[in-house]
Amino acid sequence: MSKSFRFQTPLKQARGFGSGKSGTTHFWQQRVTGVAALLLSLVYVVLLVKLQGDDYPTVIATLGNPFVAVLMLAFLGVSVWHMKIGMQVIIEDYVNQPMLRVLALMANSFFSALVGIASAVALIKITFGA
Amino acid sequence: MVQLTLPKNSKIKAGKVWPKPEGAARVREFRIYRWDPEDGRNPRLDTFFVDVDDCGPMVLDALLWIKNKVDPTLALRRSCREGICGSCAMNIDGMNTLACTKGMEEISGPIKVYPLPHMNVVKDLVPDLTHFYAQHKSIEPWLHTSSPTPETEWLQSHDDRQKLDGLYECILCACCSTSCPSYWWNGDRYLGPAILLQAYRWLIDSRDEATGERLDNLEDPFRLYRCHTIMNCAQTCPKGLNPAKAIAEIKKMMVERQI
Repeated sequence: MSKSFRFQTPLKQARGFGSGKSGTTHFWQQRVTGVAALLLSLVYVVLLVKLQGDDYPTVIATLGNPFVAVLMLAFLGVSVWHMKIGMQVIIEDYVNQPMLRVLALMANSFFSALVGIASAVALIKITFGA
Repeated sequence: MVQLTLPKNSKIKAGKVWPKPEGAARVREFRIYRWDPEDGRNPRLDTFFVDVDDCGPMVLDALLWIKNKVDPTLALRRSCREGICGSCAMNIDGMNTLACTKGMEEISGPIKVYPLPHMNVVKDLVPDLTHFYAQHKSIEPWLHTSSPTPETEWLQSHDDRQKLDGLYECILCACCSTSCPSYWWNGDRYLGPAILLQAYRWLIDSRDEATGERLDNLEDPFRLYRCHTIMNCAQTCPKGLNPAKAIAEIKKMMVERQI
C-alpha cells in the first residue's frame, strides 16, 4: 500500500474514484466478436482449403467475388477488434504501473489500428483489382 | 506489475526445528510460516511435531496444541472452531481453507501452513483483512428500500427465499478472494469473489429495492470485470459455495439491462 494512503480510511480506499460506469459494453463486445470470429474463421478455413493449389489469378478472382470479399472484410474487422479488446484486458490485468499501463494501452490501440487498416487496404486492393 | 517472486525481505528462510514430544506414539510434522514484524528478520518456516494422540483431529486442534504446549508466540486467528466464523482461514497443504474443518487425516506428509496468499501479514498466520472488509462495506451489505416500512416484516415468497441459498452461507473467510489471481494482481480495485458473491446476495434479494443502484456501483472494468472465470474461488471455498457462478449472474444482469 502506497504511503499516500496512510491517513485515508479503508472505506475511502475501497471506494476509490467510484464506479467507472463502463465495462459491460466491453464484456459483451468480447462475446459477440468471439462468436462472430468463430463463424467467420470457419469460412476463412474453408476458403483456404478450397483455394489450395490454385493459381494466382484464381485466388484474385475468388477474393474479387463481392460475397467472399464482404465475409473476409468482416473476418478481418471482427478479429482485429477482438484482438484489441482482448489485449486491453490482459494489459489491465498485469500492468499496474500507471504510466506503463497508459503507454501499453496506447500501443495496443495503435498496433491494432495499423494491422486492421493495412489488412483492409490489402483486401480492398485485391477485390477491386487495383 | 505482476510480481512473480517475493521481494527480498519476504523470502522465506529455513526456521527452527522444534523438538519432538517425548513419549509420543504417533507424531505429525507441521511446517508453519512464521513472521514477526518486530524482529526485523525474514519470514521462516518452523518445523513442529504434534502428538496426534494428545490433540483433536483438525489442523486447528494441532495449531492450538502447538501454541499451548510448544510455542506460545505462534499467532493465529480462531474463534468458533466449527466452520461458521471464518477466522481461521489459512493456506493449508497448498489450499486456502479453514483450519477448524480441515482434518489432519486428509493430508499426507508434513502439513504445510501459510497465511492466506498475497495479503499483508500482521504476524505469522494472521493476514491483514482491512481492505477486504472495507470492500465489503463499500457494497452496502444491508437491505435498501424506499417504500414505507411495513408494519410487520418485508415479505418474501419461498421461491425468492430459495434464491439466497448458496449465497447467505458465505462467512467472509476470504479463502476465495485470496485464491484468485485477479484479486492478487488488482485487489485494490477488483472486489474479488467473496465481495461479489455478497453483492449478488443483495442484488437477487426480492425485498431489496436498490438493484439498479447496486448494479451501477459494480459497472466498472475493475470492480466486477476482472473476473475471468478462473474458478479457484469455487474450488477452494470451504463452505462449498460457488462465487464464480454468482459473478456470472451479475454479469448476466448487467447485459440484460442493456440489451
